[in-house]
Amino acid sequence: MEHTDILVDYSRAQFALTALYHWIFVPLTLGLTFIIALMETIYYKTKDDKYKTITKFWMGLLAINFAIGLATGIIMEFEFGTNWSNYSWIVGDIFGAPLAIEGLMAFFMESTFFAVMFFGWDKVSKKAHLTSTWLVAIGSNLSALWILIANGWMQHPVGMSFNPDTARNEMENFWEVIFNPNAVSKFLHTISSGYVLASLFVISISAWYLLKKRDTAFAKKSIVIAASFGLISSILMLSTGDESAHQVALNQPMKLAAMEGLYKGEDRAGIVAFGLLESEKEIGDDKDPFKFMFEIPGALSFLGYHDINAFVPGIDDLVFGNKEHNILSVKEKMVIGKKAVTALTDYKKYKKDGDTIAMNEALKIFKANNHYMGYGYLKDPKDAVPNVALSFYSFHIMVGAGSWFLILFILILYFSMKNELASKIWLLRLGVITLPLGYVAQECGWIVAEAGRQPWAIQDLLPVGMATSNVAATSVMITFWLFAILFTTLLIAEIKIMLTQIKIGPEGH
Amino acid sequence: MFELITLQQYWWLLVSVLGALFVFMTFVQGGQTLLYTLAKTEDERDVLVNSLGRKWELTFSALVMFGGALFAAFPLFYAVSFGGAYYVWMAILFCFIIQAVSYEYRKKPNNVYGQRFYEILLYLNGTVGIFLIGVALATLYSGANFEVNDMNLSHWTTQTYGLEALLNPFNLAFGAMLVFLSRVQAGLYFLNSVDEITITSRVKKVVQYNFIPFLILFLYIFVTILFQTGYVYDSTTHIVTAESMKFLNTFLAHPSLLLIILAGIGSLLYGVYLGLIKEDSKAIWFTGLGTIVTVTILLFVLGIHNSVYYPSLADLQSSLSIENSSGSHYTLSVMSVVSLLVPIVLGYIVYIWRSMDATKITIDEVKSDSHHY
Repeated sequence: MEHTDILVDYSRAQFALTALYHWIFVPLTLGLTFIIALMETIYYKTKDDKYKTITKFWMGLLAINFAIGLATGIIMEFEFGTNWSNYSWIVGDIFGAPLAIEGLMAFFMESTFFAVMFFGWDKVSKKAHLTSTWLVAIGSNLSALWILIANGWMQHPVGMSFNPDTARNEMENFWEVIFNPNAVSKFLHTISSGYVLASLFVISISAWYLLKKRDTAFAKKSIVIAASFGLISSILMLSTGDESAHQVALNQPMKLAAMEGLYKGEDRAGIVAFGLLESEKEIGDDKDPFKFMFEIPGALSFLGYHDINAFVPGIDDLVFGNKEHNILSVKEKMVIGKKAVTALTDYKKYKKDGDTIAMNEALKIFKANNHYMGYGYLKDPKDAVPNVALSFYSFHIMVGAGSWFLILFILILYFSMKNELASKIWLLRLGVITLPLGYVAQECGWIVAEAGRQPWAIQDLLPVGMATSNVAATSVMITFWLFAILFTTLLIAEIKIMLTQIKIGPEGH
Repeated sequence: MFELITLQQYWWLLVSVLGALFVFMTFVQGGQTLLYTLAKTEDERDVLVNSLGRKWELTFSALVMFGGALFAAFPLFYAVSFGGAYYVWMAILFCFIIQAVSYEYRKKPNNVYGQRFYEILLYLNGTVGIFLIGVALATLYSGANFEVNDMNLSHWTTQTYGLEALLNPFNLAFGAMLVFLSRVQAGLYFLNSVDEITITSRVKKVVQYNFIPFLILFLYIFVTILFQTGYVYDSTTHIVTAESMKFLNTFLAHPSLLLIILAGIGSLLYGVYLGLIKEDSKAIWFTGLGTIVTVTILLFVLGIHNSVYYPSLADLQSSLSIENSSGSHYTLSVMSVVSLLVPIVLGYIVYIWRSMDATKITIDEVKSDSHHY
């Protein structure tokens, strides 16, 4: 079944739009719930009412963020059905499970204890209230766990096999799906980045109070908790980022090459610390991919394969093949994939006709070739390459920003301990303006993960062009614009309300 | 461990229960449409919003869970219906997106569009949202325009992508019935939850006015379902055929189901009686339980006795039954183990609900609470 390009583009655009909007709010929830739980724990232990005020203030901001996170989140689950109908059938047997488990394990936990956390201060005991706050944090992170297991599986499909009778992939090993190394590193990297963002959020607002010389006692307490939490999270984030890159190198070499703008593979490949891509560069030509760049030698080999001398394949090697390193060209993979696609159609036909011998023959051919089945749907070998500029810049902005956050946390903690923070105006200003960068880094991370794996909905097995619903492109265009308008309308309200609450401050609550 | 068909039926039952729990929880939506009927002052309205505001996320989660369970257990339905009746499902989603922000943003200073705006969003969620869900559920009985090819990939045969369901009176009646039911339940819920005599004294009239159309529509729908032509799927030949009075036959073959659904309807009616005559705060529990039981059975019969649960109007042989649309044996087994969590989840929800609602909500409480909607 052919899909018009415009349908695929708009389906992707709509999913990207909803995911990017959703992702503005989720990381903050992931981290802020824990920060609040820590604050309430201090209140519970010290019985100091100041910490209750602190807890309640941040909780108020969380609620504003949480509401719009839910609003933008509900759409994501259903969009797999509405916009990726073929996908839902072809991999729904594996993919649906973590989504359902997420609902059962996480959503009810979050929504039930969220109500206690907000309205239960005078209705349940202090201990029960504290427990509820922790359960909200755990619930929201459990939700991330299951959704990233699902996402990790798309990037590195394991634990299943293709059933030609039902024409879909079916789960064979649930544990492999759960403990998919790609999912594990993705989960840890994502939640720790959420903790970092939440820390930046608390720091930014507290620093603003300190600059304004208001609510200083409150701000100083908040900022120390946030910077400590942020520092620990940053270390976790950087180490899991390393593991994530290693997983990408193992399973998605094309993504790694695009992230680094690496066209010609090499031993001891370096990481571009910063650089500007040459826009005229085409796959397979001899132009330098960079207008200028500064490279750390051997670092990419080490990051990707934990070996400074390892060979890292470039985009050209992956598209045109590289005999020396045993890399098949995309064209060769397309031939294999087409064999699988044809054999599956034959199998179905012979089965209908009742021709068992021909059926088994077709099945044999199918099984020998179906590992590259997705390539059978590609039209041009260059379709196997993601958008290099998008992947490269997103990746580098993310890494650069992430490194700066670590430094910021250290500086803030250092001057807090010396009790000089309030007088370090430059640092407080940096603290305020780093928050937008935190959001940019979050979105960049998501872009690297999702745009970098194009054209695959499921790595090597199902390209996005084959995964969409069979609806008219106009329908998706209409809903795309409706989402854009609605989400923007809501985002404007969210930001206004949030800023107003920050201005009102903890004492106004 | 278990036969595939047993797991398929188990999961159809679970999906039915989840659907039924969602329909019960739509008292939240019903309540959202009554903010200006039951409350005449700002303070009264705040009490209603805050009472519903502690429950709305559960309704929301139940809807998401219903979707998730369908995806995991019956992925072909997910692919066919969501990807085909595109406009209807999208419209439903829009109606729920706008709900999620409205409680929190309604009273917040500088909320850009004003309090009334968010109240209108809540009203749309409670009317259009519930009505369209009713229409979508109705198509499980009345059928839809899709085709499934031999690779199990599907497409819709009309360019209106689901909106054509609005031309069928049965579907419209189903949608309207759910709206009236949600408002009846909302009235009874407020009797249970709110301790303000000025509000509760208005409940009786509201329940009355919504119950009568609900009852008429329900009887029309129930009788139609019993006597309509249904479809059966033969699991050996994979052929779908028509059977007159399919659901009546199912009930006659399983009289226990008939007894249970009649008991459910009885409980629903008794709750309404308690609410109307005695203004009893326990009324919602009888009506709620009745709703859950009735809806569960109405959905469950679609999936048993070889019935088709999503007939195709475009190509009868594309119709979906639990047997030709489910997840694999392995996945259903895994998910069945996971489903053992359901009683635990229900348990803590009930426990928390009870402890949070031990005392009824009043204007004074809302005013004194530092965090309120």
